[in-house]
Amino acid sequence: MQKLQLLQNQFNPTSDDIFFHIVQAPPDPIFGIANAYKADTSSTKIDLGVGAYRTDEEKPYVFEIIKKLEKEIVNDPTLNKEYLPIEGLADFNKGCQKLMFGQNSPLIASGQIVTAQCLGGTGALRVGFEFVKRHIPGDVYVSKPTWSNHNQVIERAGLNQFEYPYFEPKTKGFNCAGTIECLSQARMGSIVLLHVCAHNPTGVDPTEAEWLQIADVCKKRRLVPFFDCAYQGFASGCIEKDVFAVRKFAELGFQMIVAQSFSKNMGLYNERVGAIHIVTSNKDISARVLSNLKIVIRTICSNPPAIGARIAAKILTDEKNFNAWVEELKTVTGRIIKMRTLLKQELDNLKVPGNWDHITRQTGFFTFTGLTPEQCDLLTKQYHVYLLRSGRMSMAGITSKNVRYLAESIKAVVQNK
Amino acid sequence: MLCFKVMRNFSLWSSVPLGQLDSMSGVVAQYEADDFPQKVNLGVNTYRDNNGNPVVLESVTKALQMVREKKLDNEYPPIEGLQSFIEAAIKVGYGESYYAKNNKNIAGCQVLSGTGAVRLGFEFLNKFVPSGTKVFVPNPTKNIHPIIAKMAGLQSQEYRYFDPITKQVDFSGLSEDLYSAPNGSIVLLHACSHNPTGCDLELYQWKQILDLTKQKQILPFFDMTYQGFTSGDLEKDAQAIRLFTEAGVPIILGQSFDKNMGLSGQRTGCLSLVCSNEKEKLIVVSQLNLIARSLWSCPPVHGARIVETVLNNPELFKLWLCELRVMAQRMKKMRVSFTKALKDIGSPHDWSYISKQFGMYSLTGIGPAQIKELIEKYHIYLLNNGGISIAGLNESNIKYVAQAFHEVTKHNFI
Repeated sequence: MQKLQLLQNQFNPTSDDIFFHIVQAPPDPIFGIANAYKADTSSTKIDLGVGAYRTDEEKPYVFEIIKKLEKEIVNDPTLNKEYLPIEGLADFNKGCQKLMFGQNSPLIASGQIVTAQCLGGTGALRVGFEFVKRHIPGDVYVSKPTWSNHNQVIERAGLNQFEYPYFEPKTKGFNCAGTIECLSQARMGSIVLLHVCAHNPTGVDPTEAEWLQIADVCKKRRLVPFFDCAYQGFASGCIEKDVFAVRKFAELGFQMIVAQSFSKNMGLYNERVGAIHIVTSNKDISARVLSNLKIVIRTICSNPPAIGARIAAKILTDEKNFNAWVEELKTVTGRIIKMRTLLKQELDNLKVPGNWDHITRQTGFFTFTGLTPEQCDLLTKQYHVYLLRSGRMSMAGITSKNVRYLAESIKAVVQNK
Repeated sequence: MLCFKVMRNFSLWSSVPLGQLDSMSGVVAQYEADDFPQKVNLGVNTYRDNNGNPVVLESVTKALQMVREKKLDNEYPPIEGLQSFIEAAIKVGYGESYYAKNNKNIAGCQVLSGTGAVRLGFEFLNKFVPSGTKVFVPNPTKNIHPIIAKMAGLQSQEYRYFDPITKQVDFSGLSEDLYSAPNGSIVLLHACSHNPTGCDLELYQWKQILDLTKQKQILPFFDMTYQGFTSGDLEKDAQAIRLFTEAGVPIILGQSFDKNMGLSGQRTGCLSLVCSNEKEKLIVVSQLNLIARSLWSCPPVHGARIVETVLNNPELFKLWLCELRVMAQRMKKMRVSFTKALKDIGSPHDWSYISKQFGMYSLTGIGPAQIKELIEKYHIYLLNNGGISIAGLNESNIKYVAQAFHEVTKHNFI
């Protein structure tokens, strides 16, 4: 991120115009695309920018179970509408632990998991990195590429960051050897930011065997794993399988940090529902860690917003609600997988040059198409298809009605010289 | 297949010390655990009615109903939050006439209540004011103000505010300290219902601070957490804002709807900065967004949708004004009654300052030994700094509390 230069010699303390020297910040790479899409009046426009689920009718989707539970909560006169504790709703936190680490994880019983409710995935990451800065400061290793906001959050928290070569453009797969090599050169005590599943933006995840190799190098170099989990349920379609990496690392005895978001898998984007987990070695240390986590949270928002966490807690702690949610989630993730298949079929039918296997091989919300920034610009300007310049396409924006037009547009830009 | 276990006896977090938080957190927990029938919670940080119950405002309930009928989706709002909320918040904060003339110049961003406004505001200032610029905060102020300043990279310094002897504002001390502050300093000011003292500035004092501000190119940062909740009158409570903005001084304003709409659980606030023109406003918003993106990406919408509905619906707005007056008047009444009760009991001390103060809090000057006695003997819970929350008083407990205060202070005082 570009550091803004303060034009010291132009700041005039006697001037009333205290902000005149400030320059326009660039639009956010992701929110900026969403704004551009909204402003576009074309009837064929397609939104493949922000990672937000759409139905086959291109409409946003509110989970039926969410609607039901929101109604219950709003109509419950006994519910305390006041401040939540700094660390958030206790039921929600417990539910998050079980979903992430497993219902019967011994770490829960032993008090080794410190959990606090946070403002979505971003909030959890910021709290986690602020905590790291204060208590275990070290270099942070992020995947190349990674979600654009990771870099900003880490920088604002005052930490140095380096990249490990995650994506192999030639195979469009995970570069295991390169990653291990890079991490084995990392300073001891460095932090490694790992995507739990459905890597954003590539859609490419390590295999179980590759996760063990990552664990091995983390152990050898005493690296601290910092997991980002925003897509549990979206990778394999199975919520337990999707968090294999976290559960395996926990089983192997790692002390680590996990950021968890319910924006996508509960469709609670706008109520900012997330959690941070810190795994310690015993419950006395957990108490000290929690007290410091609370200080970090207190200085960002004092305490988190209630409604989203109440809804999520009702899902996470009630078997009937939980099962209803899992079923609905399967429908949502199933549609995305179907769109991957459809797009590949259309590209194959149109004999679009290139190998498009990665579209069905990658998992989760996104596909790293391999399109160049110039091709992406052309897709947007000429064909009104909105995606990130990195070539990242949100599959959740594809529908059975627009997939053919999308394939035709891709063919056109790929063949364009 | 690799099999190994990381050493369990090595602790990553062993050097993490126990974190000390502010005085509020322990008190409420102690109170809840107490089963003494006459216990009193004078550490409560949200409004209570005369029966000691939290209140859900009728205007808010109706607004929520209207919001739900719209069947809105859960999509991400923009990074700066809901535009309709921001406009409505700015309008009520700056007043209709100023808003009508100047709204294009006011950069606004929805934030996580008052804390979020201060965090985002301080981070923004740290990025754009000359390095070394200090934030001056009143002594005392909310515990988190200097902590947030530090987190944001700003140095903070106190200016005299509260005179513990007179229990009023030490205005000459305040003036001296702000006059000797470096030019261009940021000064944090509580617009109304000063927390934790309850001591507010009078209009003539605000005018003097305005002069000082102009003379020394001070950047005033107003924390307005209690608009309407203080006197019951939105305009009166924002008189400092009106004064400064009408005089053309660019201010920074943090607003919260926790208390005045009883929406504490939803964390609804607004940060705004008065800019020179629309172009500058857009630039400032873009920079606020850049910072907000790495704090929380975008704010939660539930509370904002409710607030926007109340503020923009004439009927609900009128209803809300009535409800505000009821809350403010009850607290004023408790202040007056408490002072009278202590006088009637024959306390040797002058407690009249309590009825002269505003809002939820009052610093009594009661010391640690007396606080301990109040808690252990009388089951009356107050804050570690001797502060009390007036909202915890009601017609049923006021005599009991007054008697207890008299007992612990009749032979001495701090």
